Amino acid sequence: MNDTSPAIKLNAPLDASPNAISARGLVKAFGDVRAVDGIDLDVPRGIIFAVLGPNGAGKTTLMRMLATLTRPDAGSASVMGHDLISAPHAVPTAIAMTGQFASLDEDLTGRENLVLLARLWGFRGRAAKARADDLLAAFDLSAAATKQVKDYSGGMRRRLDIAASLIVTPGVLFLDEPTTGLDPKARKDVWAMIRGLADSGVTILLTTQYLEEADQLAARIAVIDRGKKIAEGTSRELKAATGSGFLHVAIADPARLDEAAGILEQRLGHKANRSTEGAELSILAGTAKDANEALAVLVGQGIELSNFSMGQPSLDEVFFALTGQPGTDTSREEATL
Amino acid sequence: MSDTSQLQKLPKVARPSTPSALSNALVFGWRAVLKFKHVPEQLFDLVMTPIMFTLLFTFVFGGALAGSPSEYLQFFLPGILVQTVVFNAVYSGMGLSTDLGKGLFDRFRSLPIWSLAPFAGLMVGDILRHLIAGTIILIIGLILGYRPEAGLFGIIAAFAMLIAIGFGMGWIFIVLGLLIRTPTTVMTLGFTFLFPLVFASNIMVDPATMPDWLRAFVDVNPVSLMTSAIRGLMGGGVSLGEILLALIAPVVLTAVLAPTTLWLYLRR
Repeated sequence: MNDTSPAIKLNAPLDASPNAISARGLVKAFGDVRAVDGIDLDVPRGIIFAVLGPNGAGKTTLMRMLATLTRPDAGSASVMGHDLISAPHAVPTAIAMTGQFASLDEDLTGRENLVLLARLWGFRGRAAKARADDLLAAFDLSAAATKQVKDYSGGMRRRLDIAASLIVTPGVLFLDEPTTGLDPKARKDVWAMIRGLADSGVTILLTTQYLEEADQLAARIAVIDRGKKIAEGTSRELKAATGSGFLHVAIADPARLDEAAGILEQRLGHKANRSTEGAELSILAGTAKDANEALAVLVGQGIELSNFSMGQPSLDEVFFALTGQPGTDTSREEATL
Repeated sequence: MSDTSQLQKLPKVARPSTPSALSNALVFGWRAVLKFKHVPEQLFDLVMTPIMFTLLFTFVFGGALAGSPSEYLQFFLPGILVQTVVFNAVYSGMGLSTDLGKGLFDRFRSLPIWSLAPFAGLMVGDILRHLIAGTIILIIGLILGYRPEAGLFGIIAAFAMLIAIGFGMGWIFIVLGLLIRTPTTVMTLGFTFLFPLVFASNIMVDPATMPDWLRAFVDVNPVSLMTSAIRGLMGGGVSLGEILLALIAPVVLTAVLAPTTLWLYLRR
C-alpha cells in the first residue's frame, strides 16, 4: 500500500507476553443459564487455536466476550496486550471477527462491501479500493467483484466474510464456526485459507463443533461443554489422555447389541459408545489384554462379531470419553445430508 | 487451490490514522446511496403511496372537501409532504431490523469506529429519501396546479423543516428496529402507531368540523403542528411560534431517543 504511512508498526505487541489471548475465570450468564462458567484460556501468538464443543456449549459467547461484543459478568482477559475490562475500546484495533452468520451487506457487491469497510478503517479513496482489490485477488473473488453478494454461493460468502476481517491485518482473527453449512469442497477451501493465514503469522482462534476440523487445523484444542473447559492440549495429547486405545466391535446380529454392550461395560469398566446407524460399539479399553479378554467373553456367549479393531481414539471418542456424549462428527453429518 | 499462495502475497497492512466520526458517518451515508443504486425498488415504495394519496384525495375528495380539486390541492400538498416523511421513517427501522438480523452490525461493532456512526449513516440515507420523495411530490403538485405563494425561499425553508421532522421521527423507528427482531413487525407496529397520528391531524381536513374531544387532540398532535408550519412556510405568513411548536417533537425525540439508541445498541 503506497498510500499508507510506512511509519506505522504492525500491531506491535504492547507487552512481552507470549500469549495473544490470556483469559481467567470468564463468566457470562443469560438469565439462569451460565453460558460461560469460569473459563481460563491461554492462546500463544501465531498459532491456530480451536475451541471445540457441541451446540450451546458456550463457544460463541466466549468468543464474543473476547471480541468485546459481549461484556463478561466476571473474570479478566487481555487480547494482544489490551485489557478487556479496563481498555475495551483498544481491543477492536488489534482483532477482527468473522461471525457465524455472514456479516455482509447482501445488496452491495463484494467489492463495495470491502471498500465500505476499508473506508471505515480510515483508508481514503484510492487506498480503500486498492486494498479491496488485493483482498479480492487473494481470496479468489476477483471475477465476482462486481456481483451483488446475494448472488454469491455459500463458499464465496464465507471467503468474502473472512477477507472482510483482513482489511487491516489483525493481531488475532476470531472465526466463529468458519465452515458450518459449507459443502465438503468449500470446507476444504476455507481450511486451506485458514492455514495460509496462520502461515502468514496471524493468530487464529476458531470455534468449531467438528472434531475433524479441530484435528486438521489447530495446534492446540480446548474442549468446552456446558460453559466449562473440560480438556485442553494438542490433538495428540487429548487422544493420549483418554487411555491407550479404543476397542471397536461390530455385532452381526443387531438385536444383541444391548447384551454385547452390557458385557463390554462390565468387563472393561467404561461406558460403551453406540453408533447410531450400525450395530457398532466403541469402548475405552485399558490394555490390549483386557480387550482380548472382553472379546473372548462375547464370543463365549455366542455373540457373533462381524468386525473388531483396536486403535487410537478419534477425537469423537475423546469427546465422548470427556463428556459422556457423542460429539458431532463431520463425516457422519455429511453422510446424513 | 491457488489461494494459499495468493494469500502469502497479500500485503500486510497496518491501521491508517483514525478517521473522524464525521468521516465514519459519511461512509455509512455512501452505503445508503449504494442501496438506492442496487435496490431502486425501494424508491418505488417510497414515492408511489404519497402519489396515490395526492391524486386520490385531490380528485376524489377535493371537490367535496374544499369546493374544487385545485383549491383542495393548495391546502393538502404541504400536508402530504409531512405524511410522506413520517411514513418513510418506518422503512429506516425495517432496514435496521434486517441488518441486525444478519449479523452485519456485529461486524460494525467490532470495528474501532464511532459507535453511533451506523445510525448517523441511516439518517443520511433517510434524509436523501425524504428529499427525493418530497421533490417528486412537489413536482407532481406543481404540474397539477399547486402554487407555493412563498416562492423558492419558502420551499427551501419547508424542506429544511421536513428534514428536521424526518430526523426526529427517525429515532422512533431506529429504537423499534433495535428492539424488534422481525422487520415486518416493525412495519406493522409503526403504521399502527402512525395512522391515527396522521389521520387525526390537520393534514387532510380542517379540524373545525371535528367533535370537541377529537379536536382537542388534533390541536396538540405534533403532526398537526408540523403541518401548520410547513403550510405557513410554503404558503407564506408563518410565525416564529408555529416554527418552534413544530420543532418541539423532533428536538424532544432526538434528545431522548439518541441516547436510548446508543444504550440499546451497546447493551446487545
